[in-house]
Order: sequence, then structure tokens, then C-alpha cells
Amino acid sequence: MVTLKEIVKELNLKVVSAAGNLDKEVSGGYASDLLSDVIANSKKGNVWITLQTHQNIVAVAILKELVGIIIVNGRKPEEETLKKAEKENISTIVTKWPTFEIVGRLYELGVRGSI
Amino acid sequence: MDLHIHTCLSPCGDLEMVPSKIVKKAKAEGLDAIGICDHNSAENVVAVKKAGQEKDLTVVGGIEVTSQEEVHILALFDKDENLFELQRIVYENLQGINEAKVFGEQVIVDEKDEILGVNNRLLIGATKLTVDEIVGITHSLKGLVIASHVDRERFSIIGQLGFIPKGLVLDSLEASSKISLDQEKSIFSQAFDFPVVTFSDAHSIKDIGKSSTIFLIEEAKVSEIKKALLDKDGRSIFTYSGHS
Repeated sequence: MVTLKEIVKELNLKVVSAAGNLDKEVSGGYASDLLSDVIANSKKGNVWITLQTHQNIVAVAILKELVGIIIVNGRKPEEETLKKAEKENISTIVTKWPTFEIVGRLYELGVRGSI
Repeated sequence: MDLHIHTCLSPCGDLEMVPSKIVKKAKAEGLDAIGICDHNSAENVVAVKKAGQEKDLTVVGGIEVTSQEEVHILALFDKDENLFELQRIVYENLQGINEAKVFGEQVIVDEKDEILGVNNRLLIGATKLTVDEIVGITHSLKGLVIASHVDRERFSIIGQLGFIPKGLVLDSLEASSKISLDQEKSIFSQAFDFPVVTFSDAHSIKDIGKSSTIFLIEEAKVSEIKKALLDKDGRSIFTYSGHS
């Protein structure tokens, strides 16, 4: 299984919180912008791809034991979100790519969704 | 009271949602007061207020603001100047031009239902304002903040954000007319520390008053409703009506 660190390196992504917590293995990926849906359907160890930047994303990542959050489209996480992510040791990663592109690149690196 | 009614200004609102028809139906439903909350705009509020005055119906002005997270928030005001200050801020943070063929017409009318023009902004779109910013701005303008239709998946605070962020000072949660009163009480008032109201979210005449909330208050004003939601000074929520 690939780790977050390898993903960040291979895809040249920018880590904006908890940069020291990238060694965890990624069990798979989940992409959704409805947080209620992420709570219902993401799996432990997933990397989560979203355009939401509200601080609730950190809580969802903790709740679902996700390894990290990738925020797409060049969106900047809110200050509160970053503070909370840093405090809770949740890695937040940003990319200028839209969801489709980042998901495709992750798939190429061997990250899969649950089917 | 039914404080969540759209007009023909909302792209998704029926074109028959004009002041005279809204007021007539509200009176027929026995409502004492209504609220006009179009998507990201308040440009038909004054017209409905004037139409209401003639028929002795109180009309509270508001906007249903769409946040950056695509959460719908109702902001209602006693004073028009505060309402239009919020509208100014919303417009500053709203991009895009409406495509009427796709999203629907956005018609501005006067109290006689005469067409004054159309609004070309993309009112169906999301603003760049976060939920926290909308709540903060509305409260600083002495407005009432209600999270719209929290039982729905799309465009509700719970659907979009999973749960209500800690520390967010909402005055109330709105349950839509789609769930029963028992469901509403058991799910919302116990799960969250917020008072629950229900309004119709009417986009067509037939839905006005479909669900409503009865308040025990002196007059239909935001300041009085706020007291009722807090159970203060003898004001309270009396009951709900019109649920499925």
C-alpha cells in the first residue's frame, strides 16, 4: 500500500497541516463534498478528496479515521480548519487540480475506492 | 407564521408567486405573518410588505443566503436597511449571470404585481461567504438566523457539513414540511441544542402555509421571535401545524 508521503512526493502536492504525519498507509480513496455522505460511506484509512474547507472536515476525518484530506481546485482551507487539523494531527493537502484529475492520478498510484 | 416563502424572484419560484397572490393565500390559510426569503436577494420584499399592509398581514423581510459550503441559511430582519445591507454584502460575494432558460426567471415586481424588471445575477449560485460569516454578519445587523430545512440532505447544514459546527450560534433550525411533527421533535430538538421551527419553504402558491409555527408573542417581529425561541419574557413557541 502506498503512503501519504509517497503520494505527496509523486504528485508534487503541498501539505498545509500535520506534515509530520504522512507515513500512514492509505487503505483507499473517497471523494465527496457532502460531509454527511463521507460520514456514512468513507472507510478507515482512506484519503478523502473534497472541495469543502470548513473546519468540520477535520472532525469528519477524526471520526472516520481517515489518513488525510486533499482539498482540490486551489481552494484554501479556512484558518480555523488549519489550526484544528494541526492540533488533531490530521494531514491536509492542497492541489490546484480538480477532483477528477487528482482522483485519476491517485488511481494510477494504486489507490482504489471500495467496490 | 410561515417565515420561509419564495417569490417569483427566486429562479425556482413559480412566476405566479407575486405579492397579491401570496398575501391572498396567506390570509386564506389564516396566517398572521409571513416571511419573504428569496435566494440571495431581497428585491421583492418591499412589494410584498406593501401588499400585506393593505390586507393586514405582517410581512417580515429576509434572504435565504447560500453559503460557500452550499448551506442555506435564512436571515430575517425587522429593519429594511439591515436587510439591504446584507443584500449588498451577498451581491458582493455572488458571481455569475443567471441563465433563465436553465434555472428560471428572476422577476422583480411591485405591490400591484406589475413587472419592474429582472434580476440578472446568478441567484441560484453559492456566495463566497462561509456559514460562520453569514451568521456573524446577520447577527451584527440584528437579524434572526435559521438554518433551512435541516432534515434535507442537499443544501442543509447537516447534509453539507455533516453536523452543526460547535460554537455556531444559530437562533433556530427549520424542519421542512416533509417530515412529521413527531420525527421533527425526536430528531432535532433532542439531538441539537437549538429550538426547532417549521415553515413551508413555498415555491408555489399551493404550498404557502403547508407547515407553520405558532409563536406566543406580542407582535410579529424578529425581536419578539428571538425571545420566543429563547423562552424569554413569557414569549414561547406555542405549537406547530400542517405537518404531513
